[in-house]
Amino acid sequence: MTGPVTTAPGRSATASSGSSGSMPRLRTPRRRHVPGRPRRSVLLTLLTGLVLLHSLLPLAWLTISATKSQQGLTRSFGLWFDHDFALWHNISETFTYHDGVFTRWLLNTLLYVVLGAGGATFLAVLGGYALATFDFPGRRAVFAVVIGAVAVPGTALAVPTFLMFSRMGLTNTPWAVVIPSLISPFGLYLMWVFATEAIPAELLEAARIDGAGETRAFFQVALPLLAPGIVTVLLFTTVATWNNYFLPLIMIKDPDWYPLTLGLNSWNAQAATAGGEAVFHLVVTGSLITIVPLIAAFLLLQKYWQSGLAAGSVKE
Amino acid sequence: MHKHSRHLLRGIGLVCALALGSTACGGSGDGGSDHRAVSAADIRAALKKGGTITVWAWEPTLEQVAADFEKAHPGVTVELVNAGTGNEQYKALQNAMSARKGVPDVAQIEYYAMGQYALTKQLTDLGPFGAGKLSAGFSPGPWNGVKAGGSVYGLPMDSGPMALFYNKRVFDKYRIKVPTTWDEYVDAARALHRADPKAYITNDAGDAGFTTSLLWQAGSRPYKVDGTKVRIDFSDQGARTYTGTWQKLLDEKLLAPVNSWTDDWYKGLGDGTVATLATGAWMPANFASGVKDAAGDWRVAPLPQWTAGGRASAENGGSALALPELGGNEALAYAFVAYANAGEGVRTRVAGGAFPATTAQLNSEEFQDTGFPYFGGQQANKIFAESAANVADDWSYLPYQVYANSVFNDTVGKAYVSGTRLTDGLKSWQDASVEYGDEQGFTVEK
Repeated sequence: MTGPVTTAPGRSATASSGSSGSMPRLRTPRRRHVPGRPRRSVLLTLLTGLVLLHSLLPLAWLTISATKSQQGLTRSFGLWFDHDFALWHNISETFTYHDGVFTRWLLNTLLYVVLGAGGATFLAVLGGYALATFDFPGRRAVFAVVIGAVAVPGTALAVPTFLMFSRMGLTNTPWAVVIPSLISPFGLYLMWVFATEAIPAELLEAARIDGAGETRAFFQVALPLLAPGIVTVLLFTTVATWNNYFLPLIMIKDPDWYPLTLGLNSWNAQAATAGGEAVFHLVVTGSLITIVPLIAAFLLLQKYWQSGLAAGSVKE
Repeated sequence: MHKHSRHLLRGIGLVCALALGSTACGGSGDGGSDHRAVSAADIRAALKKGGTITVWAWEPTLEQVAADFEKAHPGVTVELVNAGTGNEQYKALQNAMSARKGVPDVAQIEYYAMGQYALTKQLTDLGPFGAGKLSAGFSPGPWNGVKAGGSVYGLPMDSGPMALFYNKRVFDKYRIKVPTTWDEYVDAARALHRADPKAYITNDAGDAGFTTSLLWQAGSRPYKVDGTKVRIDFSDQGARTYTGTWQKLLDEKLLAPVNSWTDDWYKGLGDGTVATLATGAWMPANFASGVKDAAGDWRVAPLPQWTAGGRASAENGGSALALPELGGNEALAYAFVAYANAGEGVRTRVAGGAFPATTAQLNSEEFQDTGFPYFGGQQANKIFAESAANVADDWSYLPYQVYANSVFNDTVGKAYVSGTRLTDGLKSWQDASVEYGDEQGFTVEK
């Protein structure tokens, strides 16, 4: 077949020099280049650049806007600084406004993340490990349920969950946010796939023969192997819980139990309330402070996160 | 009738109300009969006994009122919860009512939404508490807003008699006369936009509350409500007056396409590109906190008239405090509402920047003589109080106005973004409202 070659004579001439002309064109460049030094593509670089800009622009806007006072926000261009640099003042006002309620919201969010995301990760690891290493009847059914659960958005279940929790008297308490956060079908699925790849059956076999019980085999043999997967799931659930808005919105009415998302929204709503005080500068600064811990978590755990994400993508 | 109301209740999604059974379905007459009269002595006893009441409200001045109330009555605790502004709170309230748990003892409800809760008997009839006797103390617009079917379902907290806020600096700069009629308003809009193509007379991107207020002022009465019988008609003379004028502003693109309450809006109010606002008298507090840069630029004038020399006005916004039927501790809850809206609390709230609904405050010299530093020392309350007295009190909203307003942008909104005529937009809003009313089991006259 010489079809592909004749349609693009110019490129194939350079790309296929030294290789047989009948090779499928797409594979030829890869053969020529030394692994580790991939060829640059102008188009891909351009596209990546665009995506990078697209994702960094809002961040830049947020950072720049956080340095402006309430007046500065309305009188200056969005993507450049106002002459009045108010970042430090904004930060201190964010933490002191309304008797420092922001700190309370920050601690609430941390509580929800530690209990909710931590618990969800722990359960996903346990479940994923069990599904990957033990063969039992009904495993396929569990698989179907988990995949099905991944497809159901949490938002759709929020109102029924509210009615159920209300009957149990749990609404307006931290449990109303923590308990639903413990369920992470996607985390379970990821852990399952990861555990299947990462833990050779022989290793567990060996551990058992050496006299390790199931608990010990899990904690001392399997768990270290699962570390990258655990970090990945932990990051996923942390982001989901940290950013959770709708669930706490319908569950929690007491501002003392608000997470940051709801608290910032209530500050934002002040500007649209008769007699309310517009505090856009605090909303913006508060938002920046809110995302800093997430960015830090991603940067610090980058290594694990990357290897975890790639788990299962290469079949050896 | 019975079947009718059941259908109605289910449709609105008020599952909980079904459980109220026959009272909910029995028509409008017997709402109060299951409540014995609550005497002043009962209320005093409740205050003495003490207890905790939960109040859902977003009105910022209530914080001080609640603190004062607790101080005056040592055994009483007021849990003030901001469950969101307007719609957001109604959703939360609906959820709590559906679950029949966590319903607050007192809730802030805007006048336009009162009918929805009153009709389905989700609010306690305040007649037996003696609320009816307070009518003389409130200005006509707000009092009309808390009445439904001959009963009283809340006490007015604040009100929004309309006035024209205008940026005097901009008007002076281009030597434009402050309009006294809506025709002059259109002329001013043209002159301003010609002088500065970036400047607009006002912003209006389609706002149900604003449109209904202007219709109210123009003498249109599109909604006629009698229990579950509803009539919707946007073709009366008043509506034609309104559309005739407003269509000119739309056709000539003289309205800034900016939504109210956004940061763009605050920006426009500050830099002079949005030169007037026809809105409720509660606005000054928002000017003072949100548009600090333009302090001294703005002034207040009476609302422009549809006929020269007229004095008609309308309400825009405003809300009441009501007692949800599923809440508890009624005597104590009522005592708080009366304190906040008809007693000591009113003065506290006025001092905090709220606009009262009580005639005693509106007509007091102290109130009328207050100078607003933001408006260059102008005694703006004189204008607001006169506006309040001139609000026609025969306006009514739909018993499902919250829904109707939610489809305003899909219908009338088209006139703002395409070639659709405002009249046709209102007609399709009417059709959508009629259709929904039919579905919910209302008897809608066409």
